[in-house]
Amino acid sequence: MTGAPKISVRGLKKSFGPKVVLDGLDLDVGVGESVVVIGGSGTGKSVMVKCIIGLMEPDAGSIKIDGQEVTGLKRSEREKLMRKFGMLFQGAALFDSLRVWQNVAFGLIQGHGVGKEEARAIAIKTLGAVGLGPEVAELWPAELSGGMQKRVGLARAIAAKPEVIVFDEPTTGLDPIMGDVINDLIIKCVRDLGATAISITHDMASAHKIADRIAMIYKGKIIWQGPANTIDKSGNEYVEQFIHGRAEGPIKMEVRAL
Amino acid sequence: MAFLARVGRVVLAFFSAAGRLTIFTLTALSHCFRPPIYVNLILRQFVDIGYYSLPVVGLTAIFIGMVLALQLHTGFNRITGGESAIAQVVVLGMTRELGPVIAGLMVAGRIGAAIAAEVGTMRVTDQIDALSTLSTNPYKYLVVPRLLAGIVALPVLVLVADNIGVFGGFLVATYKFGFNPAAYLQNTADFLRSSDVISGLVKSAVFGFLISLMGCYTGYHSKGGAQGVGAATTYAVVSASVLILMFDYILSALLFSS
Ligand SMILES: Nc1ncnc2c1ncn2[C@@H]1O[C@H](COP(=O)(O)OP(=O)(O)O)[C@@H](O)[C@H]1O
Ligand SMILES: [Mg+2]
Repeated sequence: MTGAPKISVRGLKKSFGPKVVLDGLDLDVGVGESVVVIGGSGTGKSVMVKCIIGLMEPDAGSIKIDGQEVTGLKRSEREKLMRKFGMLFQGAALFDSLRVWQNVAFGLIQGHGVGKEEARAIAIKTLGAVGLGPEVAELWPAELSGGMQKRVGLARAIAAKPEVIVFDEPTTGLDPIMGDVINDLIIKCVRDLGATAISITHDMASAHKIADRIAMIYKGKIIWQGPANTIDKSGNEYVEQFIHGRAEGPIKMEVRAL
Repeated sequence: MAFLARVGRVVLAFFSAAGRLTIFTLTALSHCFRPPIYVNLILRQFVDIGYYSLPVVGLTAIFIGMVLALQLHTGFNRITGGESAIAQVVVLGMTRELGPVIAGLMVAGRIGAAIAAEVGTMRVTDQIDALSTLSTNPYKYLVVPRLLAGIVALPVLVLVADNIGVFGGFLVATYKFGFNPAAYLQNTADFLRSSDVISGLVKSAVFGFLISLMGCYTGYHSKGGAQGVGAATTYAVVSASVLILMFDYILSALLFSS
């Protein structure tokens, strides 16, 4: 990583009632870098990215985007800042009352004042970039398979050419081949846009493929991070257990006897 | 001690819920007056709330008007000369009280539930968060159109319900009890004051606001999956119905105190 980081997170804390989810988390993401955050289910990966892009207000800590502190920003400032981000949600989160092309064009029309016909043309072009033909544009989200929904979500996230793209479990729930198609699309889209990327996954094949750097979250902190090709010899027993998917190890699943 | 703690928890929960609702209401209202205003969405909600509620409101109104005349006839039979007051009491009861309340309760069931289910589903599937990431304020896009449409649609519905209810009373009085139709209508027209109708319309505008507000609020704050949305839907209908009857009393006391 060279120069000032695009995103710099320090001491991030977030609890829900008595449940501590993030407990002093630090993370830097360089300009144009692709960082993958791995970790078990329910460890707060989604909460972390929601804090970063401003969908949740953290309890404590600092988040800097391009050197600017963004916690506690006024709503109007916050809305302006959000235009730098595109996000692919865990469940795609497509608007089911709108057609596919309207989903993809949504941010262009609402946020960037692009006219309807032009936005539609851009939407169809963006759908093409994620491998969906123009015939899909007129369908409703409910008519699509899971993999297609993820691709539409991807198209929607990149349509307005954001500076930072967040992918929340992009391959979860897809078959391995479709998962790999999504991985390739992510790499291609991020490269084409020159964007900074934060991806969340617990799919190691996906992490290896799309990451410049991998960070592992456990108990609300980043416990290990390093270049993607070094994770296999991390020397960290938590990481070892996670990437090999072993039930035995320092990470204990809370399973009670029947 | 345990008992006190439990009482304390209930009291605290009540105040925090009241505070959340107040903040939600004020935020939503403040967005009603700041651009952008989505005119298309307001019109679509108006059609949903107003036009598509016409059958159910009309049907209930005619039966209420009919049963009112029936009951009054039985009751007034016990008073000498009381019978002649049926036309007056029917029109007064419909415009001031039954029109607004019946329409309010029917729409609370129909629209309050639909709003809560739609907004709640959008919440639990991250669609509301997705709106924010696409430069769209969810209050402006989801809440404001429903509030404004509710405030305008309910008075229109009540105007229709008033007429149909009075007509129901007219049918029973003339066909069943042999009142002179012309005299009945003359009695009705002579007795009715514009303040009777207007007070009913004012009430119904408040009811429309309450229905949309509770639908949006419970949906917006719903948690979990399908179960959370179900709970939000129930809560929206029950709270809107109770609030309608509460505000009916309060507004009646205020409007008719002079
Ligand atoms: N809005 C919320 N309210 C309460 N608890 C939440 C909320 N969002 C997340 N959590 C809790 O935070 C924890 C981490 O959630 P999440 O970040 O979604 O996990 P994951 O790492 O699988 O993405 C979970 O235990 C979840 O129950
Ligand atoms: Mg998650």
